[in-house]
Amino acid sequence: MRAGAPSFGTMLRHPGVWAGGGMLALLVVMAAAAPLFAAYDPIEIVPRMRLKGPSADHLLGTDASGRDVWARVAYGARVSLFIGVTAAFLALTAGTLIGLVSGYVRVLDGVLMRVMDGVMAIPGILLAIALVSLQGASLLTVIVAIFIPEIPRVARLVRSIVLSIREEPYVEAAIGLGTPTRVILFRHILPNTFPALIVQGTYIAASAILIEALLSFIGAGLSPETPTWGNTIAEGRDVFQRAPWIILAPGAFLAVTVLAINVMGDGLRDTLDPRLAKRVGGVAQQ
Amino acid sequence: MIRFLIFRLMATIPVMGVVAMVVFALVRLDRGKAAAQLAGDNATPEIIARINEQLGLDRPVWEQFLVWLGGLLQGDLGRSIQSKIPVLTLIGDRIEPTLSLAATTLVYSVLIAVPMGVVAAWQHGRLLDRIIMILAVIGFSVPVFVLGYALILAFPIWLGDAFPGLFGWLQVQGFRPIRDGLGPFLSTILLPTLALSGIYIALVARITRASMLEALAQDYIRTAHAKGATTRRVLTRHALRNAAVPIVSVIGIGLVLLIGGVVVTETVFNIPGIGRLTVEAILGADYPIIQGVLLVFSAIYVMINLAIDVLYTLLDPRIRY
Repeated sequence: MRAGAPSFGTMLRHPGVWAGGGMLALLVVMAAAAPLFAAYDPIEIVPRMRLKGPSADHLLGTDASGRDVWARVAYGARVSLFIGVTAAFLALTAGTLIGLVSGYVRVLDGVLMRVMDGVMAIPGILLAIALVSLQGASLLTVIVAIFIPEIPRVARLVRSIVLSIREEPYVEAAIGLGTPTRVILFRHILPNTFPALIVQGTYIAASAILIEALLSFIGAGLSPETPTWGNTIAEGRDVFQRAPWIILAPGAFLAVTVLAINVMGDGLRDTLDPRLAKRVGGVAQQ
Repeated sequence: MIRFLIFRLMATIPVMGVVAMVVFALVRLDRGKAAAQLAGDNATPEIIARINEQLGLDRPVWEQFLVWLGGLLQGDLGRSIQSKIPVLTLIGDRIEPTLSLAATTLVYSVLIAVPMGVVAAWQHGRLLDRIIMILAVIGFSVPVFVLGYALILAFPIWLGDAFPGLFGWLQVQGFRPIRDGLGPFLSTILLPTLALSGIYIALVARITRASMLEALAQDYIRTAHAKGATTRRVLTRHALRNAAVPIVSVIGIGLVLLIGGVVVTETVFNIPGIGRLTVEAILGADYPIIQGVLLVFSAIYVMINLAIDVLYTLLDPRIRY
C-alpha cells in the first residue's frame, strides 16, 4: 500500500461514504427481505385489480396486470443489486488481469491495448444491446453483455498504475533479487491498484444497474414477467397517463440506488485516491 | 502538424480493424436465429438451410468476414433481413432526428454546464458550489427515461392542463424537422433535449469545475488579480481559456456517452431516429442493422477523438506535435 493510505476510520467519516453506504444498506435489506415486506406475489396476475392507484392495501398501486407495484419493486431490487455487484466484480477481475499483463509484459502491451481501444470505441450500451439481442436474454447473458464493455477502462487504469509502480525502487530491488514475475505482479504491484479499483468498481456497479434497466426498458433484457425495475417501467409505458405510478415508483428506486452508489463512490474517491478526481472514468453510460 | 495528422489518421486503422472484427463476431452469436425468424413458424430444416445459403451463412467464417469487410470498405453495410433495404440507406433515412437531438442537447448543455462549473469553481467550498455539485451528482443518477417521463408528466400533462396557453404547444410524441419551422421543431425537440441533457450537464459541469480549480490555483491568476483585472475577466479570459482543453475533450467524449441516452429518449418520446431503428432491429433480430449502427457509432467515436486531438493543438499552443 502507498504510504499514507487512509484507514477505514477516515473513509467512514466522509459524509458521502456513510450517507451513500447507509442508503445502499437499506436497499440491500429491502432486497434480501423482499418476501417479508411485500404482501403480494410479484408475478401473479390479478385481472380485477388492474391499474389501481396507491392505497393502504397497495402502497405503490398496481400495474396493468393487477400486480402489486411495490412487490415488483422490492423483488426487482434483488435483480438490480445482484447484477450491479456481479458485473462490477467481473469487469474488475478481467480488466485487472489484462492491465497487469499489458503494463508488465511489453511484448503483449501493443496488441492488448489496441484490442482495448477497439472495444472502447464501440459504444458500451449498443454493444450490450447487440450481445443480448443476438444471444437471447438471460441473467448470465445480461451480466456478460454489461461487464465486457467495461473491461477496457479498468485495464487502462490498472496498466497506468503498473507503469508508474514498476519504476519504484522496491520493485527494481525485487527484480534485482530474482523475485519471480508472478510474485512481483501479485504481491508488489497489485495491492497498489486496490484504492483506484474500489472506486472504479462502485461506478461500474452504478452503470451496470442503469444499463440493465435500460435493456429491460427497450425490451432486450430479462423476460417481461421477471420483476425488474426496467421491466416494470416498460410495462407502464402504454398506460403512463392513466397510471404514472407504475413508471415513477421503480424509476425513483432506480434513481435513488444509483445516486447512493455514486455518492459513496465520490466519497471513496476523495478519501482513497484523490488523484482520480480528474478522471472521467466514473461516468455511468445511460 | 501534417506529419502528426497523418500519423494520427493511421492510428485509427487498427482501432477500426478491431471494431470490425468484434462487430463481425457478433453475427456468429446469432446461430441461425435470423433464418428461423424469416422462415416463420412452419419452417422446415430445408427452408432454413436455403435462407442460410442466401444470406451466405453456410460459407466458412473467414470467407464471410472477407466478403463483409470488402463490402464495408466500399461503403456497403449489407441489407436489412426484413425489408431488404440497404442498411446505409436505412441509417441515412433515420439519422436526422438523432443528429438534431444530439445538436440541441450539445448546445443547451454546454450553455448551461460551463457557466455552472465556472461559478462552482469561483465559489469553491461555499454554498453555491455545494448546491451545484449536489445537482451534478443527481444529474448523473437520474436515468434518462425516468427524467423523460417526469418531464412529460410535469409539463404537458399537469402544467399543460393548468396553463394551456403556456405549455399546451409542447409535444410528447414524434419529431418535426427544423425545415418545418422553428416552432414545430422546438415543440417536439424541447422535452427530449431536457431529458437527455441531465447527465451531460452534470458531466461537463463537473469537469469544468475541476479544471477551473486547477487553473485558478496558478500564479498568473494572482498576477491578473493584482494588476486589477475584474473577477469576470480573470475567470473567463485567464482561467477558462487555460482550463479549456479537458473541458473540450469531455464535451466530445460526452457526446458518445449520450448514445445510450438517445436510444432511450427516442423510445420515450417516439422519435423516429437511429435509436428507434436499433430497437426495431432488436425486436426483429435484424442483425445487419445492429451491425451497421455499431459500426457507424464506433466510427463517429473514433472521429470525435481525432477531432479532439487536433483541437488540442489549436486550443493550447503549448501542445505541439
